Amino acid sequence: MIFEISKKTKLSLILNFVSSIFVLILAGCASPKNYDKFRAARVRSILVLPPKNQSTDLRGTYSFLSTVTAPIAEKGFYVFPVAIVDQMMKENGLPSANEMHEVSLKKIKEIINPDAVLYITLEQYGSKFVLLQSQTSVVASGRLVSAVTGQVLWQGRVNKTIASSDGGGGLGGMLASAMISQAVNSSTDQAHEISIMASEELFTEPGQGLLDGPYKPASTK
Amino acid sequence: MTLTFLHSRTFSVKVLGLVALLAVFSSCVSSTKYYWGDYENNIYSQYQSPGKATPEYQIEKMQADIQRAASKDQPLPPGFYAHLGYQYLQVGKAGDARKYFTAEKRAFPESAVLMDRFLTKIK
Repeated sequence: MIFEISKKTKLSLILNFVSSIFVLILAGCASPKNYDKFRAARVRSILVLPPKNQSTDLRGTYSFLSTVTAPIAEKGFYVFPVAIVDQMMKENGLPSANEMHEVSLKKIKEIINPDAVLYITLEQYGSKFVLLQSQTSVVASGRLVSAVTGQVLWQGRVNKTIASSDGGGGLGGMLASAMISQAVNSSTDQAHEISIMASEELFTEPGQGLLDGPYKPASTK
Repeated sequence: MTLTFLHSRTFSVKVLGLVALLAVFSSCVSSTKYYWGDYENNIYSQYQSPGKATPEYQIEKMQADIQRAASKDQPLPPGFYAHLGYQYLQVGKAGDARKYFTAEKRAFPESAVLMDRFLTKIK
């Protein structure tokens, strides 16, 4: 009898432990998104406008813009040619992303005819020097809006930060490696590599990214 | 005789294992639906180093991508043909521009309104 009870207590302890771990894991994840409006909108085509850039690195907008087509198209959507749309808008008196984001959906629908428009804002882009380390960050948020109803169908945010590793050799070595990576960063635009990862994560992360579109092969759905 | 039989059996198991491994690897390699080639790299270069990524340079890269995509039997991604058509337009080759804007429309009917806009401008 005693054995029975102690076994039960042990089991409930284990269960408690397991469930508390589960709660911890869940707390660590972002809450699951509500995809009802997205699903109902039956989006086939997405127009991605050049991202607004709140960082001080001017390369941000077009670095990020050049990473969005692959993840979104591989998710199964038609993605309008991003560079052509940008050129076309510039030729029509909209010199920057900020102005392009102000164009009415009615006008966009009439000229380009997408099912949905994706508005991206780069909150951070580039490298900075933190505690003897060079840190490269890309923080972006996206909002997918129905071009028909104006409803927000999906929203997401990604934060990718990579710190340069210290090259060893104590303080001197750390300083040297930080200086080297800073030099590397400013010449090769390391943040572009981070953009590619950030974009992939923002749009394809299961449970957080975009739904599958009509061009997604059924076998990999 | 038994030995050879055993041998051949281990061999075939090994071969099967190798084939399975290869299948796993090749499925990793061709996990994208589209052949991307240099499409997005070109867009990046076009803005970050326009002196290098001229329309002529992009046309050359993208024509090579068309060949590679065909040899891999993979479709080209959304926007690819339109982007190529636009490069031809930049260098004054209206016939080629028309050809690729039409190709974009045929591959992806979603692009029809925008492509027709370009096509009517060329005429």
